[in-house]
Amino acid sequence: MSVTPLLQVKNLTTSFPIRSGLLQRVTGAVRAVNDVSFDIASGETLALVGESGCGKTTTGRSILRLVEPTSGTVHFAGTDVRALRGEALRKLRRHMQIVFQDPYGSLNPRMTIGAAIREGLIVHELAHGAAADARVKQLLDEVGLRPEYAARYPHEFSGGQRQRVGIARALAVEPQFIVCDEPVSALDVSVQAQVVNLLRDLQRERGLSYLFIAHDLAVVSHMADRVAVMYLGRIVELASRRALFQAPLMPYTRALLSAVPSLDPAHRTSRILLAGDPPSPANPPTGCVFHPRCSHPDKDERCARDIPPLEEKAPGHFVACLKVPVAHPSSLTS
Amino acid sequence: MPDSPLLDVHALHIAFPSVEGKVRAVDGVSFTIERGESVCLVGESGCGKSLTALSLLRLVPSPGAIEAGSQITFDGHDVMGMADEPLRAMRGHRMAMIFQEPMTALNPVLTVGDQIAEVVRVHSAATRKEAWARAVAMLEQVGIADPGARATQYPHELSGGMRQRVMIAMALIMGPTLVIADEPTTALDVTIQAQILDLLRAMREKTGMALLLITHDLGVVAEMASRVIVMYAGRVVEEAPVEALFRAPTHPYTEGLLAAVPRMFAEQERLHTIPGSVPPPDAWPTGCKFRDRCAYAFDRCALEEPALVQVASAHRARCHLVQEPERRHAQGAEAGT
Repeated sequence: MSVTPLLQVKNLTTSFPIRSGLLQRVTGAVRAVNDVSFDIASGETLALVGESGCGKTTTGRSILRLVEPTSGTVHFAGTDVRALRGEALRKLRRHMQIVFQDPYGSLNPRMTIGAAIREGLIVHELAHGAAADARVKQLLDEVGLRPEYAARYPHEFSGGQRQRVGIARALAVEPQFIVCDEPVSALDVSVQAQVVNLLRDLQRERGLSYLFIAHDLAVVSHMADRVAVMYLGRIVELASRRALFQAPLMPYTRALLSAVPSLDPAHRTSRILLAGDPPSPANPPTGCVFHPRCSHPDKDERCARDIPPLEEKAPGHFVACLKVPVAHPSSLTS
Repeated sequence: MPDSPLLDVHALHIAFPSVEGKVRAVDGVSFTIERGESVCLVGESGCGKSLTALSLLRLVPSPGAIEAGSQITFDGHDVMGMADEPLRAMRGHRMAMIFQEPMTALNPVLTVGDQIAEVVRVHSAATRKEAWARAVAMLEQVGIADPGARATQYPHELSGGMRQRVMIAMALIMGPTLVIADEPTTALDVTIQAQILDLLRAMREKTGMALLLITHDLGVVAEMASRVIVMYAGRVVEEAPVEALFRAPTHPYTEGLLAAVPRMFAEQERLHTIPGSVPPPDAWPTGCKFRDRCAYAFDRCALEEPALVQVASAHRARCHLVQEPERRHAQGAEAGT
């Protein structure tokens, strides 16, 4: 890809202080996001998957500077996001939006949903008065809600409808990029499918780029062009959707995929059962963060000592594992 | 009575008071569970599945109440007519429950060992020491490493997966014949869910207990159930052996639900959707409660609520299409798009 990607994240690290003792002194730091790098092209969906506490949500928020990263760079359409201050940052946010998991918690209960959607238009001076009202109605229609709902309050809507409001609000300022943070995890299956289809339709119509944060791998397999798997703050595998789901290379990704229940009762899966829980990010293992739970037959003392770099093991397929060999390019052309 | 089912629920009605009198959240649910059977109760939020589960132990939260005429028979005993004392003796002993959120179901100020031991002390004449020893042994059986040390810890010191193992230990310690698990893995990560489902399966094989698992996740159903009961708007809408349900779902709701689940290896452009969402109990339509969202609905569906009718052996569905199958094919082509 010779074209500059829309979003470029390089060596992003976000740490939170650990305070302890009576005086709540800072005694350490948790690296919630640890040396994370990826690109997102215009019109592309990159999914960020992993289990709770892996740092996927913090990654999304760090990119938007809803939490301040500790180090690393984020470039959006050529602009250094971390260098922006005040008004310039606010202006950029018009182009980078977020849809949250819990639409109830992210909507002001005392504001009609019309007013909530309108707010962005006013703040960014995109429309006023009657034009803004017309735009709100048009947005509601685009996300599959009746325009007259603009006068209603969040509690009058079902979970799926509220998520549509959250999407309309993000779309109001005509962003190029949206961080979707678990946008369908709180929804029932039948409603979840509606919202997944809506997000895909909007992307096609508007050429949006998504960072799609999710723990549900089946949903990700429908949304993503490429998938990054995080474990304990690090990206451990990054590949095209097809490569990741059909030929995962990192032992953690394999275990994660095999843990998803199969929908065929006649073929109950033989799983790779991971022992124990993920370790605490406050006290991560040395070397490969996954090594204590890894069942790779070649696991050795190097895994406990050396941090494996995220390497391109096959074209476009990046893996952080010392035991996954780099394939010969000739054997990979299919 | 070896011939009668372990659990027999008949015409279960659960109502909540409302401004207009009362709202029925569970409306005439009947089903049975055989000894050693693994049954899944599935449905989306608000369908009444959790209330149904709670009612089996007579734990429906107030102001909700099980209405007169509902019958629950467990192991030959009339649960509805039970006095407080035998009811308490049954709960946690022969019929036990595993809740979704162990953090709220466990007592935060007691060690997990004490909580499990308490169950033993309530239901048997065991001494403190004996009860503690049994608690530690049970923790080991549910796969907790170093159970002696873990037993002395408090719930907040354990991970989510470990807390759910403690809940399972507590439910199984008296050797119940029926365990009710209400969304036991919903709050857990998928790799931890896999561990817990494996544990439940292993314990069931080992003890011969029956399992009623309440879930919204069809993947969990496919993994765990031998028989499935599907609920929608307070009613059982379909009941079938698990293979039959996944191979030939009959009720349009079951069919839609199965089609709406994203599948990991399918290169599918769009997900199938069911229009609208589950209506609240005070807004259920007349006739068939699913008809507003159903692609096949016709005039009869508004006039007459279908009965739960036989589709095949052990397979029943609450839909007029069972008697008028030609309507499904007539509208199927249109609905499939």
